[in-house]
Amino acid sequence: MARKSAKGPSDQPTDAAASYALPNVGSFGSVVRRSRIILCCGTGGVGKTTTAAALALAGAQDGRRCVVVTIDPAKRLADALGLAGLTNHPARVDLPDVPGEVWAMMLDTKATFDDLVRRHAPSVEQAERILVNPFYKNISGALGGTQEYMATEKLYELVNEPVDADGQPLLPFDLIVVDTPPTRNALDFISAPLRLTRLLDNRVFRALMAPARGGLRVFGTASQLVLRGVGKIIGGEVLADAVGFFQSFEGMETGFRERAQAVLALLKEPSTAWILITTPRREAVEEAVFFGTELLSHGLHVSGLVANRMYPEFGLLPDAKGVPALARAQRGATLAASHRGALQPLAAVSGEAPWALVPLADHDLHDLKELLNFARLTMTT
Amino acid sequence: MSEQLSEFFASSKLFIVAGKGGVGKTTVAASLARLATTCGLRTLLVDVERKRGIAAAFEVAELAYDERTLISADPSTGTAELLGRTITPDDALVEWLADHGLRRLGDRMVSTGLVDIIATATPGIRDLLVLGKVKQLVAGDTYDLVVLDTPASGHAVSFLRSPLGLAEAVRSGPIRRQADEVLRMLHDAKRTQVVLVTLAEETPINELAETAYQLEETVGVALGPIVVNALVEPVPSLPASCREGLSSSERAAVDAALAFERARYDFQTAQRERLAKLLPLPQLHLPEQVGLTIDRACIISFANVLGEAISGLETD
Repeated sequence: MARKSAKGPSDQPTDAAASYALPNVGSFGSVVRRSRIILCCGTGGVGKTTTAAALALAGAQDGRRCVVVTIDPAKRLADALGLAGLTNHPARVDLPDVPGEVWAMMLDTKATFDDLVRRHAPSVEQAERILVNPFYKNISGALGGTQEYMATEKLYELVNEPVDADGQPLLPFDLIVVDTPPTRNALDFISAPLRLTRLLDNRVFRALMAPARGGLRVFGTASQLVLRGVGKIIGGEVLADAVGFFQSFEGMETGFRERAQAVLALLKEPSTAWILITTPRREAVEEAVFFGTELLSHGLHVSGLVANRMYPEFGLLPDAKGVPALARAQRGATLAASHRGALQPLAAVSGEAPWALVPLADHDLHDLKELLNFARLTMTT
Repeated sequence: MSEQLSEFFASSKLFIVAGKGGVGKTTVAASLARLATTCGLRTLLVDVERKRGIAAAFEVAELAYDERTLISADPSTGTAELLGRTITPDDALVEWLADHGLRRLGDRMVSTGLVDIIATATPGIRDLLVLGKVKQLVAGDTYDLVVLDTPASGHAVSFLRSPLGLAEAVRSGPIRRQADEVLRMLHDAKRTQVVLVTLAEETPINELAETAYQLEETVGVALGPIVVNALVEPVPSLPASCREGLSSSERAAVDAALAFERARYDFQTAQRERLAKLLPLPQLHLPEQVGLTIDRACIISFANVLGEAISGLETD
């Protein structure tokens, strides 16, 4: 890897970092090298997808076979990777002069869910009945946490049985980097696989459904009242779809639950790294702290931290002495210091995890070369 | 107060502030609300996510379903009261059911988890009920103006589309009526306009343009000016005499720092111009902050900058 070779403003952060006592700046590369799965977590707009792609590139520069799962890449990033038409299955990125490999894919939540239903349904007919049910369509598209659930499901598939777009098996990957949905907290991500099974387990609803086979007449009075009330709100048709969905799902819960448990176990493996991604913006830092706290409460820990868009430092500046241009340069130094200060709260959740401080660029990333440069900055800062 | 400013706030009663996460949407919503109060309008700032940002900025306890004063009225300057509250979907659902004589059903639905099934059966119902509550607040005469801070992470379109989706799924009944009423409010430019917020960067601008078209075409809501946030000033040049007086290391540092700022300014300028071509809407410019903490003083100063920018807009 092109470690320490390039000189730039980003290569001198350590002194100022020390003045703010930012922990462990500079050993980020080791996290990438010892991980088999990397989950990139953070709020929206912090450069999560770009960082995920950069980490996969960094892995490839170490000679590993890597795949990056993106959720909703900006067109610009897909273009930069030369993958304008990313699909739900890995496709290889053309990387000249890099010893390893990078594959990329874009998570298709609904297609992944459809595959899951087909896998668990005892018959083709039952799978089809579920796939056309409007309530299922809502679940697979809009249920809170579905995207997180499918991201972990896809992860499980990539670990155990990766296939390409034609369904042909692929060689195992050394490193899988997952760009997570902009989730409010880690709990959503970890609990997402179990949420659907919880929905299926809803006892009241099951109790309401059970007699439906014998016709609605056998309902108890209390249940009838609730159902009639619900029907009044959302309409009888919508309710009938929900009932139909729960009926066709009959007998599939166990398979779903076991799979969800297996996915969860994967997320808790020691070779799975949780990387917090943030910017110096207060809300982004708060979300990252919140996320880190949630991880800790689940017996997990933060494996690494990437702070993007840090104002760069340019060395010791002279006093402004009333000269506007010098005052402007000083203003930049103030910004740089305030960015470092803004990261302070993260020390409480990052433990021993290394930090990477990636400088703000004066423009957006455009091509693979710039993404490689971003990867280098992430790995060497 | 300028004529443009009073005209601006008279144009709609509900201002919906939308934009991608990280562009300063909440700050803009708070500043806009503050600006309205300086025009003598009693204003309510509504948050739909229990974001800590608003409470922190105004240095008050966390916002709740019951409104709370963010900045008191000041009759000596003609400033009206600024209030804030949250409207979360669960609160809105329980209140809506109670309003429809279904309080017990609401309690039962929440306690049994049936509410999740209903929300899944009718995606968008949560957003619709939040918007329904906003509509009720806009219709009343408790406030002169309502500013709504939309959910983060680019969900503005699905949030504002929720009544359309429900109107398609639910053909009759009280939810359908609610959806129709909210749609009427959103479609009425005299009642509602959307203020979009962006940074002068490539991806936020691209996504903003897409959001703008979707809001106009599929939701049918009127778009107000665009707020372009965090802009840097032009970079002053360093007099040669001054540069010569610096040590070589200082000179290198100053040159690099100023070159970086110039590149940022040029990039932002190019992006602003690109935005103007993509979307023929007036732009309001807000400066980049040096401090990262948004406090009351900062909101007040942003409100003033916004006020000057609005006063400077050309009226048609």
